[in-house]
Amino acid sequence: MITLRGVTKRFGDQVVLDGFDLDLAEGGVTAVMGPNGSGKTTLARLVLGLTTPDAGAVSGTAGRRGAMTFQEDRLCDQLTAVRNVRLVLDRSVSRAAVVAELSRVGLDGESLTKPVRDLSGGQRRRVAIVRALMADADLVVLDEPFKGLDADGKNVLMAYVQERRAGRTMLLITHDPAEAEWFGARVVELERRA
Amino acid sequence: MTSTSAAERTATLARRAARPLGVVAFWLAVWQLAALAVDQDILLVSPGGALARLGELIPTADFWGTVGHSLVRIGGGFVVASVVGVLGAAAAATSRVFDALVTPALAAVRSTPVVSFIILVLMLPIRGQLAFVISFLMVLPITYTNVLEGIRHRDPALLEVATVFRVPLLRRLSAIDVPAVLPFFIASCKIGVGLAWKSGIAAEVIGLTGGSIGEQLYQAKILLSSADLFAWTAVIIALSFGFEKLVLALLRRAELRLSRGRAT
Repeated sequence: MITLRGVTKRFGDQVVLDGFDLDLAEGGVTAVMGPNGSGKTTLARLVLGLTTPDAGAVSGTAGRRGAMTFQEDRLCDQLTAVRNVRLVLDRSVSRAAVVAELSRVGLDGESLTKPVRDLSGGQRRRVAIVRALMADADLVVLDEPFKGLDADGKNVLMAYVQERRAGRTMLLITHDPAEAEWFGARVVELERRA
Repeated sequence: MTSTSAAERTATLARRAARPLGVVAFWLAVWQLAALAVDQDILLVSPGGALARLGELIPTADFWGTVGHSLVRIGGGFVVASVVGVLGAAAAATSRVFDALVTPALAAVRSTPVVSFIILVLMLPIRGQLAFVISFLMVLPITYTNVLEGIRHRDPALLEVATVFRVPLLRRLSAIDVPAVLPFFIASCKIGVGLAWKSGIAAEVIGLTGGSIGEQLYQAKILLSSADLFAWTAVIIALSFGFEKLVLALLRRAELRLSRGRAT
């Protein structure tokens, strides 16, 4: 289990998290909700070790491998979708396996051979999600992964995420209670601090 | 349909070539008129005279030996400076101490007149490698500064992705670091090639390096042979131009391989 105890994080004079406690149940889904600026992304970064708390402690992360979809797609623009995904995978995972996964989320044919800079926003998002879910990680953090997708695309991707996460610990950051409910997530609400 | 397209392509190419050819023709005409006005080949040879002298030089073994001599030293200086510049920039990006020590020193090298280095090298036992050393010293600060700038302009968001997913170093280099730095390196090469040739040849002239193009220019001055001067100058321009095109073609190929490669 990953635990945060008394975690405080400041950016300059602004306190984003103040004495915050959280338990991420092993193999469970925790959804973090709250308004912009309430510290959702900061929390995700703390869990993945991308930033350190000013006070308090994050434990249970040692030796864990993480994967994340960021709010932005963060893909290597010059590479194809397949190469972007394979970048984070072990060499033993075949190209065909990656192509099959991308096809499951609606990426196939020409969209696999073009550099991702030529893909639409929705297609890029799919690549980022497949990259995070195919990675050899036991902690998956998804930061507003379905933002900007149409209803059909969102349904396909939510089903894909649910299947692929396969018992791994997941932290979902979202503004949409329906997403949290769909994943059967424990919901943690954050409030914006003055 | 096909023949029409071919004809259109030919016409487009002809239109594109017309302007630079026209510019060249204009300046050759100016040169020709100036040569006619001076009317002394010893002072200003005509374009035809220079071309004829070049025609005499090219078939000789001495010409190719001289070209090879300068090409190896100046080209070598450029290549070694490029490699050292890239490695130095990488070291500076990872070590503040290295950056603090080396960056100001290279800024000083960049600001120092080339002739100061030429005289310094002539006083040292490495004078036989004068053109190599001078090309190296002129190119190194440019490559170092540009590549360091490129390293500092890498996308921190992508570097964070590499950290989260524990992307191995070589893969990160080919997918994130090199594509970000390459445009800066290409820009430094464009400047560096011309500078290497200008400074290298100047060093050969001042140092009277035996068997070099610089020595041929010096002989042209001693013998008051403007035909030789113009012929060898044309050779230097062609070598610099060709070398730059070769370097840029190799870099573009590398860039293409990085985006299409199968490494990952």
